[in-house]
Amino acid sequence: MRASLSDYVPVVGEGVVTELRLLGQRLAGKRVLNVNSTRVGGGVAEILNRLVPLLRELAIDARWEVIQGNEDFFALTKNLHNALHGASVNFTQRDRQIFDEVTNANLNSIDLDADIRFIHDPQPAGLIKARDGSKGYWMWRCHIDVSAPAPGAWEFIAPMVERYDLSVFSAPQFARTMKLPQVLIAPSIDPLSDKNRELSQSEVEAVLTRLGIHSDKPIVTQVSRFDRLKDPIGVIKAWRMARGRFDCQLILAGGSATDDPEGAAVLKEVRELAGDDPDVHILDLPPDANIEINAIQRASTVVMQKSQKEGFGLTVSEALWKRRPVIAGAVGGIPLQITHKYSGILTHTIEGAAFWIKQLLGAPDFARRLGENGHNHVRENFLLTRHMRDYMLAFLFVAHGDGSVIRI
Amino acid sequence: MPSVAAEPFDFQTSLNLTLLTGQRAHDLAELLERMRAVPGSVIYHHTHRFLVQHQYLSPEPPNDFAYWVSNILLERTLGEELAAIDILRFSTIHDLRAELIRVIEQFLESSAEVRAAPPGMEFHFMRSVSFVMATGMIVHDLREFRDALHRIPPSSISFHMFDARLRLERGDNDFSSWLEKGLDETAVASAIRRLDPYTLTTDGLRRAIIALIDRRVET
Repeated sequence: MRASLSDYVPVVGEGVVTELRLLGQRLAGKRVLNVNSTRVGGGVAEILNRLVPLLRELAIDARWEVIQGNEDFFALTKNLHNALHGASVNFTQRDRQIFDEVTNANLNSIDLDADIRFIHDPQPAGLIKARDGSKGYWMWRCHIDVSAPAPGAWEFIAPMVERYDLSVFSAPQFARTMKLPQVLIAPSIDPLSDKNRELSQSEVEAVLTRLGIHSDKPIVTQVSRFDRLKDPIGVIKAWRMARGRFDCQLILAGGSATDDPEGAAVLKEVRELAGDDPDVHILDLPPDANIEINAIQRASTVVMQKSQKEGFGLTVSEALWKRRPVIAGAVGGIPLQITHKYSGILTHTIEGAAFWIKQLLGAPDFARRLGENGHNHVRENFLLTRHMRDYMLAFLFVAHGDGSVIRI
Repeated sequence: MPSVAAEPFDFQTSLNLTLLTGQRAHDLAELLERMRAVPGSVIYHHTHRFLVQHQYLSPEPPNDFAYWVSNILLERTLGEELAAIDILRFSTIHDLRAELIRVIEQFLESSAEVRAAPPGMEFHFMRSVSFVMATGMIVHDLREFRDALHRIPPSSISFHMFDARLRLERGDNDFSSWLEKGLDETAVASAIRRLDPYTLTTDGLRRAIIALIDRRVET
């Protein structure tokens, strides 16, 4: 059953929900259309899945549409994603043609009539072509770091992005200098979703048994898509260094979103490196394995997120919410979630990650304190209710125009 | 002493949206240059954002300028001086900005070399856009006022205690102002004025104000 706003009161307090209702009164009846590129898998889909019904509960006429694309299109947009993160990619005339063909097909099939269109990430950005002659506003939500793209990557999307009324970024360092206003909105996790809700000990154990994992040794875990930028190879190497001192097991749990064709290749490399070590559990989970991920995180002694590049890195907030001590790469949005040695550990190298695995396994009281502080930080800053509030404020901002203090 | 105010107290609330300005600083000289030129809403953002975002971080980063100078530039002395600026002393953002600038200038005059931030750790200037709205809660006397304080959202406390005084330049927090002018409750008004809201979480502030009014209602 879907959670309603009142279900969040015990988690975030009455006041926060009251604020949402007050904002909702100012937006009631507005038609807000969200468009992204996948219904399942990845943080954007997870957030929209929860956010859209909650906006509707506030009488905002929110919709969610997904663009349809073919294999060539998603291979191109994966390349574009990597290139926006800095990987060297050459974009050809043919690439532009593939992008335009899929955009045009979606322009014909998606009803874009709305007061506010909220277009998520580069894949559907071309829908802005429908702007001419349309009423209402266009907002572009960028979930990735576009501050240092490879040559050609930003140029590929800039002519589209710069036609929007407003852009939204997840972290200040992700943004670029642009003419349109840029709003900062961090993403969030939903404390009531299957991936994050409280689980009983017996529920956790049932999942571990089903996955063939014994909880007789400490568990070090990374939950992440099988993606080079998440460095699963580095995690195995760090864990191997640490296990020399502490007998422990490793779980690498992930899957591939439907817009991520590279995932299978990375998974193969990871399996080869792990070999037949019985203490390494590589779990290729389907996108809806939310309770499994929840249970794995809760069963973990230490959670890793050894990313080399990150969008925001919401798996960090997921683990912190479960009061786990987290060791994570100091990249992307992760330093916004972790203050080093206060609410988690920030690392830069495989050796550093190995060092901190040992430290946390050896000092459980310290590890527990990190997890507790992390939980409180997530409650204040990275839950769905804060995200929803910021989106509603952005809707009001785009409609009201600029100013320092706006009476609504 | 009027038990019912002629003008009721209308609880407002303010929610902030953060906008990126695209401006960043790599070192103190750039920080100073930008601090002189940015809109007041930028100074407000970097001295008040922590109130909602880092309630549970202890020790609290007192303001973003101090945090960056201490932890990224590793200029601990200047960082401490910036952190120690008592925002309550200032009744306008203009004056607060002048003091921040004075402290940094003074440091630069006596400092032989200044460090630059490592790549990726630059200071990003942002600004707050505040959306002010009525909560629908209107009270006429001290008891109603206290009951409402239990129920209003945290952002309403922040608005009446921080924004009203400094951002809207009303010269006083709204609670003290109404209690004094509307109800002639001079002692309670002064006691609330003496609270240092920058040392409390919003909920701590709520509890402190309620405790002061409880004491008055019971006498």
